[in-house]
Amino acid sequence: MAPISFQVNGKSASMDVNPETPLLWVLRDNLNLTGTKFGCGIGQCGACTVHLDGKAIRSCNTPVSSAIGKSVTTIEGIATGHSHPLQTAWIAEQVPQCGYCQSGQIMSAAALLAKKPNPTDAEIDSAMNGNICRCGTYQRVHRAIHRAAAQMAKGAPTGTKTAPPKGARKAAGGAL
Amino acid sequence: MNPTSAVTRRKFLKTSAVGGAALVVGFYWPSMSNAQQQEEPRPNPFDAWIRIDQNGQVTLTVARSEMGQGVMTSLPMILADELDVDWSAVHIEQAATKPELYGDQGTGGSDSINSSWMPLRQAAAAARQMLIAAAAEAWHVGTDTCTTKNGAVWHGPRHRQLTYGELVERASKLAVPDFKKVTLKNPDNFTIIGTSRPRADVPEKVDGRALFGIDVRVPGMLYAVVARCPTFGGKAAKFDATKTKAIPGVRHVVEIEAVGPGAHTAGGIAVVADTTALAIQGRDALEIEWDRGPHAKETSESLRQEFQSLVAQPGKVILKEGDADAALSGAAKKIEAAYELPFLAHATMEPMNCTVDIRADRAEAWAPTQGPDWIRDVVAQIAGMPPNKVIVHTILMGGAFGRRYQADYAVEAAQVSKAVGKPIQLVWTREDDMQHDFYRPASYHRLEGALDGKGGISAWHHRIASTSIRAFWDTSGHAKAEQQEIGGAGQLPYAIPNLRLEYAPASSGVPRAWWRSVEASISGFVVESFLDELAAAAAADPLEFRLRLLEPPRFVPDVLSPRSTPLDTRRLKAVLQLASEKGSWGKPLPAGRGRGIACHYSFDSYVAEVAEVTVGKDGKVRVDRVVCAVDCGRAVNPDGVAAQMEGGIVYGLSAALMGEITIADGAVKQGNWDDYPVLRMRDMPAIEVYIVPSEGHPTGCGEPGLPPIAAAVTNAIFAATGKRARRLPIRAEELRAT
Repeated sequence: MAPISFQVNGKSASMDVNPETPLLWVLRDNLNLTGTKFGCGIGQCGACTVHLDGKAIRSCNTPVSSAIGKSVTTIEGIATGHSHPLQTAWIAEQVPQCGYCQSGQIMSAAALLAKKPNPTDAEIDSAMNGNICRCGTYQRVHRAIHRAAAQMAKGAPTGTKTAPPKGARKAAGGAL
Repeated sequence: MNPTSAVTRRKFLKTSAVGGAALVVGFYWPSMSNAQQQEEPRPNPFDAWIRIDQNGQVTLTVARSEMGQGVMTSLPMILADELDVDWSAVHIEQAATKPELYGDQGTGGSDSINSSWMPLRQAAAAARQMLIAAAAEAWHVGTDTCTTKNGAVWHGPRHRQLTYGELVERASKLAVPDFKKVTLKNPDNFTIIGTSRPRADVPEKVDGRALFGIDVRVPGMLYAVVARCPTFGGKAAKFDATKTKAIPGVRHVVEIEAVGPGAHTAGGIAVVADTTALAIQGRDALEIEWDRGPHAKETSESLRQEFQSLVAQPGKVILKEGDADAALSGAAKKIEAAYELPFLAHATMEPMNCTVDIRADRAEAWAPTQGPDWIRDVVAQIAGMPPNKVIVHTILMGGAFGRRYQADYAVEAAQVSKAVGKPIQLVWTREDDMQHDFYRPASYHRLEGALDGKGGISAWHHRIASTSIRAFWDTSGHAKAEQQEIGGAGQLPYAIPNLRLEYAPASSGVPRAWWRSVEASISGFVVESFLDELAAAAAADPLEFRLRLLEPPRFVPDVLSPRSTPLDTRRLKAVLQLASEKGSWGKPLPAGRGRGIACHYSFDSYVAEVAEVTVGKDGKVRVDRVVCAVDCGRAVNPDGVAAQMEGGIVYGLSAALMGEITIADGAVKQGNWDDYPVLRMRDMPAIEVYIVPSEGHPTGCGEPGLPPIAAAVTNAIFAATGKRARRLPIRAEELRAT
């Protein structure tokens, strides 16, 4: 079978995998970009949200073949050094608890802000309804999106810059 | 050892091999550990909790697991304040799994701060005292002329200082002072404790760097998933892996045995492959014939019938005061009600997983776990080597809620690694996680209550039937089945002269264990619902009714744990007053809307919540607002306390509004978020949290926000509609306008 090629966070990726393989597992297991999470496998929880040509998609039920020739952005590629206004807002509002769903939350929020720079409460509810958080951080997610929108209105960079993948991190002997 | 014997500190298990791969784990879960009762000598703080390098860098070690509750921040805050170091100079490190150094390393029971508060302060104060002694020695002055500030010892008379870094070599050679005799900082001088500090683990959780269990990557590792019998207690009768083995990238197919009782793994057929996707694909291709085992006929309906017959007859009397029967039979006004709560799955966002590498002479595990010391023991057991040959790395957990106190996933990973001789990351899919959990017990409650005609309650009779946790874990037949099924039902704060509480365990093959707030998730709903029913029967305001019955002030012991901290009715009253004041209690609401109140004491903390709901004509419930008041003693990191209350409320709302695991043919029917829905952004109420100012001993926060919420909501539904939701989850069809 012909290798599958696409762009990930601004870099070319090419590999021999079954084209039906969910993009999620290719990102995580083949490309070692583990910031994108597995939550359900059926597109119900949003933990696996990435951008495909700028649009938020669920990578757990998107076959990797859908990405051929396209550009994928993951949480690792959204900005360098927490510079995305959503990341600074997430820190300011102390959004994450366990943190597992937050990559997906931020990717959904980034796609929302790209389309609606100043979303209403209802637009936030609608855009974020597909992202489950079991720790119950929704209220802080909501606040952080408003905060990021306000920052961006003041001219903060909008992110979606390409950065070298940071996911290639080895298990570091228990040090966190 | 007797599994129910009292122990002075938490001791979770004792393992012993019984033939082959069997693992027997005696399980201990005494009520809250009490820091002050710990008698073991403490190790040198410089070895255990505090490391000060000669360059002055201070590293604080956390021997608890981070699951989002903020323990990687709050425990170091305690250490840093007591040690007198600048918070910005502090580095935080996850402790190695060394119970011989840190004691029990389990994280649960909302207990980390409650139990660590004094030992950590003592350790830090001991280290500070050693640093002062080192400086005094260097200067040839008395220790009483020295003080500490910002990571340095100051010699007041001469206006000179030595930094901790400069002193640490000398200090570490000194004898460790008796922790009990060290002088603790005057709380008035706290500069870190009581201030909201950003959590240390947040930045890496917004850019994908945070390493969860499922993100561990070890050179040469393979991925595994396991096909387990859907029916609890069943196993593979035979299987054919021909199609699986034909998939390129599938490396091994291994049958693993069920291990238990104790770890309670299901056993099954493990498929090992180059990637998770290939392992899942390989599992899908297996052809398995299941022997469905002894529980294949169990259904939720059969369990419900058993519950109903159990509460129709007397159970084991747990609590008896006065004469409830006489008071009930002579009462002018009495009511009766039945409440039902289902099994619940934990449904952590990160499904269970563990990475284990068993070699000939050593083993290593990377475990997202609440109990790394237990993981060490079970991996050692499977590997057939002493625990000190096993290194366990405690990895961040993508949610835990009690689920990650179990070791089943580590046992499976160890079995597969041992069988194939390679490092294995064993991953559960969402369906595996939903269908092979250790569930919050299902329960059924029959209550009768009588009013005394003077605005009070004259009798309260409560019968509980449930699928006991203790009976599941301890099959000796001597288990006190009621031990974790009663909660606040056995510690009623309200002045009621005639009480009887009875308990009966129901039989079930469904595994049960600790789910966020455990029995309080049940007692909070039942007690606070029925109290509300009695208030309505007395035509009393629900808040006023509660406040009146909390008089006179008194301490109420937990009937099952008489040595635990008793409930102080004054503190419960205070949170009720604060929540009602902030929650606009008594202010009118439009038709179709209502406000309810509930409170509960759990994990030594007091929480009251006011919920505002809107009930549609179709019976659909929307929770608009929740106001929470909490008294958790001194709040170490107030924003962290608020976050935990928010989390407990949301987790409890998911359960109250939509959470239900049902059983058919001995198996769980639900499999994913589509049939086990949870609260989403659109369902989210506005939540406000108010913390009672307190200088008391800090108490639990991870769980106590949950117990009152279901009753606050159902009481609000009653206020809005006059209808009582007595069966969780709340069912729209019962609330529809007629």
